[in-house]
Amino acid sequence: MTTLQGSSASRTGALGATALPAAALPPDLVDAIRDEQSLRRFLAGLPGVDPVGLEQRSAGLATRSIKKASKLAAIDLAISMVDLTTLEGSDTPGKVRSLAAKARRPDPDVPGTPSVAAVCVYPDMVSCAAEVLRGSSIGIASVATAFPSGRSALPIKLADTRLAIESGATEVDMVIDRGAFLAGNYGKVFDEIVAIKQACGTTRLKVILETGELGTYDNVRRASWLGLLAGGDFIKTSTGKISPAATLPVTHVMLQAVRDWYDRTGERRAVKPAGGIRNTKDAIKYLVAVREVAGDEWLDPFLFRFGASSLLNDLLMQRRAQTQGHYSGPSYVTVD
Amino acid sequence: MTRKKAEPVDDTAPARVPVAKTYKLYVGGAFPRSESGRTYQVTTDDGTFAANAAQGSRKDGRDAVVAARKAHGGWASATAYNRGQVIYRIAEMMEGRRDQFIELVRTGEGVAEDRAASSVDAAIDRVVHYAGWTDKIVAVFGGMNPVAGPYFCITSPEPTGVVAAVAPQDDSLLGLVSVILPIITSGNTAVVVASHARPLPAIALAEVLATSDLPGGVVNLLTGDAAEIMPHLASHGDVNALDLTGCDEELGTSLAQAASGTVKRVYRPRAGQDFADAPGTGRLRAFLEQKTVWHPTGAVSLSGGSAY
Amino acid sequence: MTHLDWEYAPAPESAAIGRIKERYSMFVGGKFVDGRGEDLKTVNPATEEPLAVVSTASTADVDTAVSVARKAYDDVWSRMPGAERGKYLYRIARGIAERARELAVVETLDNGKPIKESRDGDIPTASAHFFYHAGWADKLEHAGYGPAPHPLGVAGQVIPWNFPLLMAAWKIAPALAAGNTVVIKPAETTPLSILVLAEIIADADLPPGVVNILPGAGDVGSALVNHPGVDKVAFTGSTAVGRAIQASLAGTRKKLTLELGGKAANIVFDDAPIDQAVEGIVNGIFFNQGHVCCAGSRLLVQESVADEVLAKLRARVSTLRLGDPMDKNTDIGAINSREQLDRITALANVGDEEGAERWTSPCPVPERGFFFPPTVFSGVSQSMRISREEIFGPVLSVLTFRTPDEAIAKANNTPYGLSAGIWTEKGSRILGMASALRAGVVWSNTFNRFDPTAAFGGYKESGFGREGGRAGLGAYLQEEN
Repeated sequence: MTTLQGSSASRTGALGATALPAAALPPDLVDAIRDEQSLRRFLAGLPGVDPVGLEQRSAGLATRSIKKASKLAAIDLAISMVDLTTLEGSDTPGKVRSLAAKARRPDPDVPGTPSVAAVCVYPDMVSCAAEVLRGSSIGIASVATAFPSGRSALPIKLADTRLAIESGATEVDMVIDRGAFLAGNYGKVFDEIVAIKQACGTTRLKVILETGELGTYDNVRRASWLGLLAGGDFIKTSTGKISPAATLPVTHVMLQAVRDWYDRTGERRAVKPAGGIRNTKDAIKYLVAVREVAGDEWLDPFLFRFGASSLLNDLLMQRRAQTQGHYSGPSYVTVD
Repeated sequence: MTRKKAEPVDDTAPARVPVAKTYKLYVGGAFPRSESGRTYQVTTDDGTFAANAAQGSRKDGRDAVVAARKAHGGWASATAYNRGQVIYRIAEMMEGRRDQFIELVRTGEGVAEDRAASSVDAAIDRVVHYAGWTDKIVAVFGGMNPVAGPYFCITSPEPTGVVAAVAPQDDSLLGLVSVILPIITSGNTAVVVASHARPLPAIALAEVLATSDLPGGVVNLLTGDAAEIMPHLASHGDVNALDLTGCDEELGTSLAQAASGTVKRVYRPRAGQDFADAPGTGRLRAFLEQKTVWHPTGAVSLSGGSAY
Repeated sequence: MTHLDWEYAPAPESAAIGRIKERYSMFVGGKFVDGRGEDLKTVNPATEEPLAVVSTASTADVDTAVSVARKAYDDVWSRMPGAERGKYLYRIARGIAERARELAVVETLDNGKPIKESRDGDIPTASAHFFYHAGWADKLEHAGYGPAPHPLGVAGQVIPWNFPLLMAAWKIAPALAAGNTVVIKPAETTPLSILVLAEIIADADLPPGVVNILPGAGDVGSALVNHPGVDKVAFTGSTAVGRAIQASLAGTRKKLTLELGGKAANIVFDDAPIDQAVEGIVNGIFFNQGHVCCAGSRLLVQESVADEVLAKLRARVSTLRLGDPMDKNTDIGAINSREQLDRITALANVGDEEGAERWTSPCPVPERGFFFPPTVFSGVSQSMRISREEIFGPVLSVLTFRTPDEAIAKANNTPYGLSAGIWTEKGSRILGMASALRAGVVWSNTFNRFDPTAAFGGYKESGFGREGGRAGLGAYLQEEN
């Protein structure tokens, strides 16, 4: 594999493992990843983000009033987009099995409730989830690459990734090296993503930017492009271990990035906000942003996910309220 | 107008024939004749011939506007400190010509020597007063606006542009200075029609200005009849404001009317102002525009900014 | 997998909240009285259906109102301590806030603007204007107009239809704070919200005659501003009418402030935060259907990013939802009147004739009501009428420039000078541009922000005098020499 950080003699593209063959990239993007200097220039040349304008637009979209049939449709869509997550040191096979069961049948009392998109667990818990989900279409996402800090050597990250995939993961959620990113070492970040992507093969790769550690929206935009250029199938906001986790404006920047990527390449990449999205009202605000920033086509679990745990139960309660005509309570939805 | 002959003092000694003065306009830092070639006789208050003055025309007014516009950019963008120094220098030079000004005011207005002297002193002091305003205007009339949102918002005064003014007809130096200085202090440039009957202090002032550090074109002094010159300036598309202090009621109204065609700012104080009174800020403010500039302040960090 | 076809269900605010009455009257001397002018029917521009009948003033009613205002000035208001005046203004601010939802509905029904704008913009800002100015009433000696500033007397005020209640607040609040009394005429097509404000004023026990409201057409406005009993005239509206008022007041010593038209340049440099710039462009011209005197109706975009900006702009404009103003999700409501719709249509047609390239948002346009879809003209040059004349509608003209000097030259190349926008991440360029632009309000990396504390008003033919902030008080106080 050629890498951006390789010797100056080998500055040919490093895109062998990305979703899009380098040949299909427009010339300026091929140019962007020719070597580390080019990448740095490209990322630095991205238009800045004005925080106030961004947050204002996000807040404006958040005032959309979603009622009645469109609310029910939004709830069902949101449920189908959930990556039902448990990422705790205290996770046990029992916990993961019950989570997986919930993913399959989120609301056993209410037939017709959609199942979630995936469960999301640590690599050593993947096999446990796989047992329960065998035969279903529900994905098994595993965090990898020394999650959540990413502070380890590449071979260990690769081994972590292989463990997840060999255990049955259908999606890998990697973390970028934020230290390298903040040090301006974009080539290292890029190469790691490329390496992990290669290890993933056909398994879809989510690139966690950990936006809460990036400090600025400008950095979120740069990291988004870095993740896209390096071949990430998803760009994902957060590990859930750092505050702030997902926010609407941050997700807005990332949705804009995949929209811009599509406009330049014709290829649709996915976005996953994770952490901090706890109720239906919030989820619907995200869906509005998906629709109006990225576009209708992204209203699809293939292209948008929620990384969440408690969100699902609120969606289920709201779904009951919509279908049954009265508010539900926490005692009526399962705790898993 | 009849030329009153000066009485010969001594029949036997040959009298020195004084050099009759014919003055010109002051436009763009130069002293051109009126393009019309016309002059008119100026007499002292008792009717004695004093000088010939140029009778400015419509075209002279137009040339003066061109000069004032040309000078505006540099004068408006000069530092306030620099404008203050330039204006203070005017006062210094007026002080040097104090006796001449007193003589012109005394004979032109027909007032006693001490009255003329106090008027000239007040005029010089008024220039000093405005020299000190240049670097206070923005602080005094502008300021930060504490808007209810994440914005840096500031309102700051700027000069309006080119101001055409009619100087007071009676108070020929103090009144003139009291009109000109608040216009130029903030960075405007001026086209001023001097008192028709008493233009000589204005002409002397032009000589002061021409040899001072004031850039040419910042003040343009026309002599002649305001009723002839001003209508063209009132409707002129490159004049931003009018000061009608020296107009009579009828002329003032017709000029104010003409000014509406281009929505000019019009300053028209009530008649009978005593220029010896301490100046307020009304005249200064009359030729200022307030510009409000907004910019987002924004969150410096993601955690600080958003509540979503 | 296929994506979900997700449409927002209609989310209409209830019209009943507006409690629209069948008939409204003038407010004179603290009472609601029928005027002697001909009744007018106000129409909901979104449906073309009549909303209410409004009694209008005659010339004789103008006389009455001015003399009532004079009496209130002489006997009560000019003698009242500032602190007491201020408390009345605070009451009015609170009253507006308490009836905010009702006022928003009334405003949207009468004007056609989206409910989200009246709800989140017009009404709260109107309340904020009274709250801000209330605080000035007992602090005028600190406002920079001399140690003992004095009010002018009776203010005759004429306001437009684009922000009916907000413009009323902009006019009434500073006048009252400074100690003047008011006779105000709302626009013919939008008289309702100010008459609800009259109820709030009455409920606040404001002394009778301090505020008098005379609905009517231009003749009432003309009679008002020319009335010899009026000491101060404040007008917001078209430059043509502003000129006429200035001319007719030339022989008087009435103090005049004018807030007139505009043709603002919104200047986007190649190093702008492009996505926020696109938002700013959209907000600049499509906010309030473009019925904004300070609208960013001329987009000046640096040629090197023109294609990118235009593509993003079109994509963004395509997401704007045009339709029922009462729907909380509507971004663009109705044009206020048939007359204005005709004017916008005619000027847009001129754009076609002049060879500009018209792009229209693909949004569906309701069959009933006065609607004009968001429109962007590209390939526009300075000489075209659409880049010189105020269209006062959702029509944007796009021009390009190469250098900052060219941008300044083009931006200033207009008789107007109300507002301007600058988009660049380079701080020194912002400050340099802001000082070079001949406009009373310069928004950098934002657009269409308003605040009671911030002076607003024009250069050149966009008018003179300021509204808001310390500078705005000057319009209602006597000048020092």
